[in-house]
Amino acid sequence: MLLSKAARNMFLTELLSGMFLTFKYMFKKPVTINYPYEKGKVSSRFRGEHALRRYPNGEERCIACKLCEAICPALAITIEAETREDGSRRTTKYDIDMTKCIYCGLCQEACPVDAIVEGPNFEFATETHEELLYNKEKLLRNGEIWEKEIAANIEKEYPYR
Amino acid sequence: MFEEIFTLYIVPLLWIILKIVAIILPLLLAVAYLTLVERKVIAAMQLRKGPNVTGPFGLLQPLADGMKLMFKELILPTKANKVIFILAPMVTFSLSLIGWAVIPFSENCVLADINVGVLYLLAISSLEVYGIIMAGWASNSNYAFLGAVRSSAQMISYEVSMGLVVITVLLATGSLNLTEIVLAQKSMSWSVKLLLMPMMVVFFVSILAETNRHPFDLPEAEAELVAGYNVEYSSMSFAMFFLGEYANMILTSAMLVILFMGGWLPPFEIHLFTIIPGFIWFALKISFVLFLFLWVRAAFPRYRYDQLMRLGWKIFLPLTLFWLILVSSVLFFNKMLPVN
Repeated sequence: MLLSKAARNMFLTELLSGMFLTFKYMFKKPVTINYPYEKGKVSSRFRGEHALRRYPNGEERCIACKLCEAICPALAITIEAETREDGSRRTTKYDIDMTKCIYCGLCQEACPVDAIVEGPNFEFATETHEELLYNKEKLLRNGEIWEKEIAANIEKEYPYR
Repeated sequence: MFEEIFTLYIVPLLWIILKIVAIILPLLLAVAYLTLVERKVIAAMQLRKGPNVTGPFGLLQPLADGMKLMFKELILPTKANKVIFILAPMVTFSLSLIGWAVIPFSENCVLADINVGVLYLLAISSLEVYGIIMAGWASNSNYAFLGAVRSSAQMISYEVSMGLVVITVLLATGSLNLTEIVLAQKSMSWSVKLLLMPMMVVFFVSILAETNRHPFDLPEAEAELVAGYNVEYSSMSFAMFFLGEYANMILTSAMLVILFMGGWLPPFEIHLFTIIPGFIWFALKISFVLFLFLWVRAAFPRYRYDQLMRLGWKIFLPLTLFWLILVSSVLFFNKMLPVN
C-alpha cells in the first residue's frame, strides 16, 4: 500500500495523467462564440428590449389600461392617457425608464392586447443615461423594427399562455 | 597608427555587436510570439479560441500589446527610490539576455565559447534575483516587497537542487564548456542517459520554480499579492519585467536542452535527420520544452508556499544528493568517468 503510493509519487503518474487529459482537450473543438460576428441562440421567451406594437392596419394596440404601469415592480413605466376624437382611449405619454427596469416581463404578462412586449434585442447599450429613458415614439419604432420576430415568438408561445 | 587601431579594435568590436544583434533580435521576436503561443495553447486546452481578432490568427497581437504598453504613462510612486526603481527592470531584462552569450546554437556557432559556460549560466541565473529584490524594495509597497521576498526565497531554494543536478550532468560529460557537454552526449551510452532521466525531470521542475512559472508562480499570486514584485510598475518598465520573464523561460529551456537533450544534435543518427541543420533541431527542442512550460500551466493548480519549500528542500535536495552519489558511483565502478 505504502509502496504503491510511493511508486505513484515517484513516477508522477497522477501529474502525467492530468497533463494527458489537458493534452486531449487541446484537440477538442473550442466552445467559444466569436460574439460580435457569431451570436448564441435566443429563446423565444427571452425578455429583452421593450417594444410597443401596432395592429396590421397601423393602429396602436395600447388602450391605456395602465395595467403594466400598475404591475411594474420597479415603477419604471409612466403612462398618461386621454380620449381621442374618435372616442377611443389612447396614451399621450408612454415612458419606460430602461435603467429602472428589471426585465421581469410582468408588463407583457399583464397586457391584455399584447401591446407592450419584450423583444429579442439585447444590444441597446448607450453612452448616456438619457438615451435609456425611452418614450412612446422610441418604443413604437422598436415595435416596427422587431415586429416580425416578436410576432413569431408570440405565435410560438401561444399554446403555453 | 589609426589604421592599426581600426583593424585591431574597431572591426572586431563591430563584428561582435553584429553577432549580438543577430542573437538578440530573433530572441526578442521569439519572446513576443511566446506570449501569443502561450495564450493560444492555454486557450485550446481550456476549449477557448484565444486571441484571433488582431491580424490573421491573432498574429499581430504581440505587436498590439507592445504598442499599448509603449504609449502608457510611466508612473513613479512618490515614495519609491527612483534610481533603483528605474534600474530594476533593466537589470532583470539585461540579465535574461546576457546568458545567451554562452549558449551554443550549433557546433561552431556560439558568441563566447568559454570553458566555464555552465558556471556562467548559474551565476547569471543567481544574479536575476537581484532585479526582483531591487524592484520589490524600491517600490516601497507591501505587496511588491512581499512578492520580492517570496520570489527570491523561491529562486534561491531551487538553485541549490539545480546546481546539484548540473553536477550530475558534469560527472557524465566531463566538461564545463557547453559545446563539449553537447558533444559528449553524442557518444554517451543509453544506460547513462537513462540514469540522468530523473534528473532531467528535477531540473525541469526546478526551472519552473526558478522562472516563477506555474505551478510555482507564488510571487504573483493574484489573490494575495495583486501581482507580486511588479505591482507598482507600469508602461515599458513593466514590459521589461514581462519580457525578462519570458526571455528567462527560453534561456532556462535552452539550458535544459543543452544539458540533457543533446543541444543541436539530431535525436537519432539517421540520414534524414542529420541533413537538417543543428540550429533548427536546437530551436525545435527548445520549443518542445517551452510547450511543456505552457502545458504544465494549463494542467496544474498553484502550489502553496510551504508545499513549495517542502518540495525544494525536503524532496529535491535529498533526491539530487542521493542521485549524485549514485551516478558518480555507477560511473566510477564501470570505469565510465570521463577523465582528461
